[in-house]
Amino acid sequence: MTNSDFPRRAALAFILCVLPALVVLARADDVYTIKGAPASFTAECSSCHMAYAPSLTGKANWRGIMAGLDKHYGVDASIDSKTQQEISTWLLAHAATSARQAAVSPEFRISRSDWFIRKHDEVAASVWKRASIKSAANCGACHSGAAGGDFNEDGVRIPK
Amino acid sequence: MPWFRFFPLAGALALSCIVAGVMADTPATFLDRFNAEARSAGEGPGNAARGQDFFNKTHGGEWKCASCHGAVPTGKGEHAVTRKVIEPMAPAFNPQRFTDAPKVDKWFRRNCKDVLSRECTAREKADVLAWLISLK
Repeated sequence: MTNSDFPRRAALAFILCVLPALVVLARADDVYTIKGAPASFTAECSSCHMAYAPSLTGKANWRGIMAGLDKHYGVDASIDSKTQQEISTWLLAHAATSARQAAVSPEFRISRSDWFIRKHDEVAASVWKRASIKSAANCGACHSGAAGGDFNEDGVRIPK
Repeated sequence: MPWFRFFPLAGALALSCIVAGVMADTPATFLDRFNAEARSAGEGPGNAARGQDFFNKTHGGEWKCASCHGAVPTGKGEHAVTRKVIEPMAPAFNPQRFTDAPKVDKWFRRNCKDVLSRECTAREKADVLAWLISLK
């Protein structure tokens, strides 16, 4: 390779490799889909809160959550064992696998995982308490695409 | 009149019974069921005024039914913690309500535990449903 080839090769490598990688990474990082969920998941898991995608947290948290539905963060969310089995199987099959996102968190809460806290470290405690937000469970208050699984930072609008 | 002339009539009757069977669960049939259960527990039938009062009161806990469903659930409610929208409870404003027995039983069981720390009695359910049906 001559020196004169280098800029051209670098440009080619950038276009063919780095650019697509950036696009893929940007998407993989912020999209959490519930596509392919069994009907029971939508019916049982999104009556009181939005449907949290299985890839938002790891197997350990999902196991903990599904084992304690009769005392589900202050409410009784118990379901029959057949439905529980069906939902659990789907959650575990699509749970997060990266070490930082799959770590078990206090009360098995997604919102108390190190990963979630780091992602939201610029949001002041007073902002979470606004009537328009009220709870970390209310993803859609700030993430306009949350219901469709899109948590990309470009879609964030923090309400007054 | 020959006996076979009754076939269409018998067929229509059978069909209407099948249709009635398939569509068995309506707000009215639930009210009948809760009233009957209340009666066998030695209590009177559901009363709309009592139901409204029950719905809008706390029962020892932090929440009342109205905390999430709204004081008069002819419109959308909002979950007290998550702000998730909850569709209207009054059947006249949401025809899907009180049409599926497992669903009705499940939600009464869970939500009564959240509000009263126990399951509701048949009369309490009859009261609330009598009120919800009365909302037009």
